[in-house]
Amino acid sequence: MSEKLYGVIAEFASAEALLDAARRARTAGYRGVEAYAPFPVDGLAEAVGMRRNWIAALVFGGGLLGGLGGFFMQWYSAVVSYPINSGGKPPNSWPAFIPVTFELTVLAAALVGFLGMLFLNGLPRLYHPVFNVREFDLASRNRFFLCLRAAPHDEARRFLAGLQPMGIWDVPQ
Amino acid sequence: MSVRAWTYASVSDKIADIVLTRPSHWVWIGGFLLTFAGTGLFFSAIVYLFITGVGIWGVNIPVAWGFAITNFVWWIGIGHAGTFISAFLLLLRQRWRTSINRFAEAMTLFAAGIAGIFPILHLGRPWFFYWIVPYPNAMELWPQWRSALVWDLFAISTYLVVSLLFWYTGLIPDLATLRDRAATRAKRVVYGLFALGWRGEARHWARHEFLYLLLAGLATPLVISVHSVVSLDFAVNIVPGYHSTVFPPYFVAGALFSGFAMVLTLAIPMRYFFRLEDFITLRHLENAAKILLATGWIVAYGYLIETFTAYYSGDQYEIAMIEDRMFGFYAPLYWSLLSCNVLAPQVLWWRRARRSAWGLFALSIVVNLGMWTERMVIVIQSMHRDFLPSAWGLFIPTVWDWIFLGGSLAFFAFLFLLFLRFLPAISISEMRKLVHEEKSR
Repeated sequence: MSEKLYGVIAEFASAEALLDAARRARTAGYRGVEAYAPFPVDGLAEAVGMRRNWIAALVFGGGLLGGLGGFFMQWYSAVVSYPINSGGKPPNSWPAFIPVTFELTVLAAALVGFLGMLFLNGLPRLYHPVFNVREFDLASRNRFFLCLRAAPHDEARRFLAGLQPMGIWDVPQ
Repeated sequence: MSVRAWTYASVSDKIADIVLTRPSHWVWIGGFLLTFAGTGLFFSAIVYLFITGVGIWGVNIPVAWGFAITNFVWWIGIGHAGTFISAFLLLLRQRWRTSINRFAEAMTLFAAGIAGIFPILHLGRPWFFYWIVPYPNAMELWPQWRSALVWDLFAISTYLVVSLLFWYTGLIPDLATLRDRAATRAKRVVYGLFALGWRGEARHWARHEFLYLLLAGLATPLVISVHSVVSLDFAVNIVPGYHSTVFPPYFVAGALFSGFAMVLTLAIPMRYFFRLEDFITLRHLENAAKILLATGWIVAYGYLIETFTAYYSGDQYEIAMIEDRMFGFYAPLYWSLLSCNVLAPQVLWWRRARRSAWGLFALSIVVNLGMWTERMVIVIQSMHRDFLPSAWGLFIPTVWDWIFLGGSLAFFAFLFLLFLRFLPAISISEMRKLVHEEKSR
């Protein structure tokens, strides 16, 4: 086949088989390893070489930004921009600013976390080469897939065959 | 049959096929038509309200807060159980939550959305509602940050957005399942668009799972804050019957109480009609019943403390208010809410009552009614005797008040019926994970 391939993909029946296959592929020196499962499998992300999960940092940053920004907005509005005497309270009546500060902390943390998850995952991406493999429909049901990006593909195919999968397919670009 | 007997494939197919292939049951079609008509009535009534003004309701001075605020507080309370189940029970690793969290979140979203409509309807000039939002404006005005109503806006809108994100984050993998399993192109395209191209890559799952956990962590204090802030709408006023420090915890407990009642009201017919008894088991109903009993007692404690504090304060207005509540014009409502919310749930001490699905269904309706009555008594009865006898008055609901209550119920049921038909009512990917965990134990 002269067509350039995205990679070679193999199908497995269980999460344990996929986890094992992913670990072995990494040990064999493969770098572009992608594992697909119908539910989160513990340890699989580390097995395919994910180093750091940035979600926590993003959510924390978002919350910090939302909280500080939210409090600053109220302080600026009540002290600098539009100070009015309400019930004799001081302009910077900070205890009354806490509810809105709290809500904006949570709001910004959640929004940044959600958008960050999509961004880091490269979603939305409606087209992806792995969808070209007909059997891949089962990746969202009951099957587990391991895709090797590395060329030469013949060698990758041989390696995958050694893991005794249920099937091996070329993933066209 | 327990979870043990299920496989990844059978769990996925069973839940997905409710949406994809199962023909509509005549009960669903009947309910759809009925609630569609009710929804039409609700929105027509809103149009009429906007044209005519709040005078079509029974509100007047001294009772300026009528059914609109009652409905608001009641609906937002119902909107609490979903997040509580999803977030709080997730953090506590209560795995039984898996089969009820999705529809409870949907319930939360719809209830909170409907709740958010009522304060706007209640404004005399609803087209100015955005004045409460801080936005750059030519008048160079800012909202009053010391006002509980501004807190309310931020609490409700944050709650709506975070609940939506939480719900949708959980839905993305399931939408991908529906996309891959759908038989027609139209369904594939629509579910595919909303699935955002999810393909279940290991790194994606890792980020997804972490985000879901963190959103749960954020939503748990949020859910406590929302009804606390709603209660501050009342508690920061000096009106006897509102002005009480017990309000925030008392409102939150009431919210969970009514929310779990609504979970039972929705879950019991749902598991019956869609044959989901394997997923929503008697154990789920029993656990919900236990929470109902526990939160019911916190609510009862609130009633007790309210009454005690009124006398203990020695304040003649507080005492007059509580005596009017117990023996005045609205007393029958007060005693019926005590019967519904304190007396009736005591049957849950018996295991047989906790394990009888239709008995629980009946009880959940009673509690829903009782909680609505409670909100109504707090909102309306507290205000109808003003400080001066010359300013006393009564609130009598008009037919429009009832139309708005009934219409909002119909709209809620309408949204829920659509949800049941178009989205998986149980989280498929979490069920698969549960099957995996059961197998590897």
